Amino acid sequence: MKMFRVLGRNIRDAFKSVFRNFSLSIASITCSTITLILVAIAVVISANVNNATSELEKDLTIEVFVDLDLTNSDIEHIRNQIAALPNVSSDNITYISGEQWKNDLIHESDDIKAILETLETNPLRSSFEVAVDDVNELSETTQNIKKINGVFDAKYGEGKAENFIKVFDVIEKITIIIVVALIVVTAFLISNTIKLTIFSRRSEIEIMRLVGTSNTIIRLPFLFEGLILGIIGSIIPALLTIYGYVLSYDKLGGYVYSNIIPLIKPFSFVLYVSLFVMALGALVGMFGSYRAVRKYLKI
Amino acid sequence: MKFIEIKNCYKVYQNGVTAIADLTLSISKGDFVFVIGHSGSGKSTLIKMLYREEKPTKGEVIVGGINISKLKNRNVYKLRRKLGIVFQDFKLLPKLTVYENVAFALEAMGLKSNEIRPKVLKALERVGLKEKVRSFPNQLSGGEQQRVCIARAIVNEPKLLICDEPTGNLDPETSKEIMKVIESINKEMGTTIIMATHDREIVNRMKKRVITIENGVLVSDDAKGRYVAHENV
Repeated sequence: MKMFRVLGRNIRDAFKSVFRNFSLSIASITCSTITLILVAIAVVISANVNNATSELEKDLTIEVFVDLDLTNSDIEHIRNQIAALPNVSSDNITYISGEQWKNDLIHESDDIKAILETLETNPLRSSFEVAVDDVNELSETTQNIKKINGVFDAKYGEGKAENFIKVFDVIEKITIIIVVALIVVTAFLISNTIKLTIFSRRSEIEIMRLVGTSNTIIRLPFLFEGLILGIIGSIIPALLTIYGYVLSYDKLGGYVYSNIIPLIKPFSFVLYVSLFVMALGALVGMFGSYRAVRKYLKI
Repeated sequence: MKFIEIKNCYKVYQNGVTAIADLTLSISKGDFVFVIGHSGSGKSTLIKMLYREEKPTKGEVIVGGINISKLKNRNVYKLRRKLGIVFQDFKLLPKLTVYENVAFALEAMGLKSNEIRPKVLKALERVGLKEKVRSFPNQLSGGEQQRVCIARAIVNEPKLLICDEPTGNLDPETSKEIMKVIESINKEMGTTIIMATHDREIVNRMKKRVITIENGVLVSDDAKGRYVAHENV
């Protein structure tokens, strides 16, 4: 009961302080709003790049063609050898027999059907479709597959997708660095604004200490103040994320650059991002005020 | 054991100034003690050590069983709840009313409003300010503000009241009234009182124990003392 009473008084005091020092509060709210908007944008970009990368990676497979006139046990042997490679897991290997290729092609066009029917034997090689775990080692894995006995040839993409992924990797890393930097900046800004409000209340803190208020209780209203400032500052960024992303998703039709880069579906992605932004604002606000009060508590 | 024990206490500030040197004294429960000395004699340092605003560099200071030098920063409030402090500059919060200023300490301790109210009114009655509960500090005279400060210090019924030049900002007439209040607290509540002062007249009239400090050294400790610092130096 005692705890709730103290807590209630502190929340009341925190709200009072936010409104009493209105101009300062506005300053720190604006600061956190701006930085949190940038954080939200960076998070959206980074998540989309990450998503696009994994989408592209799904399509990146190695085509392995085996020699003609192999027995079933030979093919099984090759499959095991490919599965044993470090970058390949056995679930990601799909076997397509020469007969299957033939059937597919026959259904595709009449010309090919005519040609294939004139031939006595099936000229099409059986193949494996191999998806790798790490795309960055795609070419190395391909070289290893080529060395396997009975493999006629192994190929992957045209190099385009690989380059895309490399660029995306760089973009993702840069956005992560930007997000971290912005978070630090926000913490410092909120910390500084709260330092100003505390400076104007330092005699109050001094008196509280002198009449026997514990440090925790002195700190509480300031922590709540930071929390309130952080949350208010994150409202606009959160709303902007939701409406902005949904709007641009609709405008762009779900893709950037025609069909190459798919965007993440807005729901529930925007909700996660805006929740993240709000939680971040609250945490950063609390951390900022914790730092700011410390000096006046002689710790 | 005495209520306050100071043993071979030294205080050297970071700039090298020795404020207190080899001080040993003890004060019993219920005593009324004046601490006198020139400005810079170290009497303020002594007073501040009693409520752990300063830590002794060497030696022991024990107040009501609490060893000041071993008290951690985050536990200072436990000591301060056991004592009341009256300041020369009152240290009242200007935005709060008289009532709120006195209730402040109790609120922070988490007491219920209906527990706080009778205590605050009792303390204000004792200092004779019951009619001014709703006034703000800047609407009061200096003497009245000092009474609010005293009421705040005794609202929790502490065993020890520390007064750091409580009459330093007041005229002689008002000082007399304040001293009456402090004396009645000593007599009626049995509160131990330690008062640092410059006021020769008050010290000589009250005929209480007088501790004289010069250059950080105890020069006299007289059970029915007079203000004699000047003659000694």
